[in-house]
Amino acid sequence: MSVTEKRKQNSAFAEGLRDGIPIGAGYFAVAFSLGIIAKQAGLNPFQGFLASFLNSASAGEYALFSAIGAGATYLEVAIITLIVNARYMLMSASLSQKFDEHTSFIHRLFVGFMITDEIFGISISRKGHLNPVYNYGAMLVASPCWAIGTALGIIAGNILPLRLVSALSVALYGMFIAIIIPPARKDLTIAISIIVSFICSYLCGIIPVIKDWSSGTRTILLTVIIASAAAIIKPVSDDINQTEVQENEA
Amino acid sequence: MKHNTYIYILIAFAVTYLIRILPLTLIRKPIKNRFIRSFLYYVPYVTLAVMTFPSIIEATQSPIAGAVCLIAGIVAAYFGAGLFPVSLLCCAIVFLLELFIV
Repeated sequence: MSVTEKRKQNSAFAEGLRDGIPIGAGYFAVAFSLGIIAKQAGLNPFQGFLASFLNSASAGEYALFSAIGAGATYLEVAIITLIVNARYMLMSASLSQKFDEHTSFIHRLFVGFMITDEIFGISISRKGHLNPVYNYGAMLVASPCWAIGTALGIIAGNILPLRLVSALSVALYGMFIAIIIPPARKDLTIAISIIVSFICSYLCGIIPVIKDWSSGTRTILLTVIIASAAAIIKPVSDDINQTEVQENEA
Repeated sequence: MKHNTYIYILIAFAVTYLIRILPLTLIRKPIKNRFIRSFLYYVPYVTLAVMTFPSIIEATQSPIAGAVCLIAGIVAAYFGAGLFPVSLLCCAIVFLLELFIV
């Protein structure tokens, strides 16, 4: 590796570290509240750390912990994880276009380890081809914040007064709201889908028989039905690049 | 039937990791199928919405506090507040309201 190349790698890594800091700070707070939910599901701090380190997915882990708490089957966990994290497939597909075609298989495996909404966002906003080293910098900051935050949430969930736990338990929902509302403002179909989802989710919780299904099963069914309906009624533009822009904003 | 937490975690990891690396390593060209692209485009919003409501009003000690923080969060996010500020706002509202309600 030439000196110039080495310098380029170092600066990409440093930029990754820098961009990882605000993401890590946000992750820490949200992971803390996720830890409270993990604790309710019966996880110990190490299990919370492990789950967060390996999965790096707020909604996905929330679904995982809810499923564990409800004593769901392994198959249910696999399906709900697949459904909730399906969006990463689109991000991963998008990032594959951002890589230089000579990017090695190993680099793809490592970058793929932590494709999150936020890391996808900063990766796609880089100019030119994506340097995997940039992602490693961001991951090095964001991943420990996420994993340690979860473990601390499980530990401190014990110590914190009920009042504070109640307040922190909505942090994650606040984040979900912040993810879904801005795109809904630009895309009416998303807005309507969200309203329909709220109503159906509420109804499924009170309708006899359906209300006895596990929340994971209800989430899977509602997602497949509502997202399919939206896809049929209002398919995305034929222009693939436009879809990427929309995803990026999300 | 008693399930093992570590197996739960490893299953979630296996599925999530495959989702993340398969397209990155296999797909060199963009997804062409319009229905699949549209479906995947709407999935995150529908899933997150389903998981947020009515759970948000069941998570708090007082359902009213949960409902108010939901509305406040939507308004704040609509006017451009990011993930962290909206999260913080929701927590603060629940904390303050429950001082009076609960």
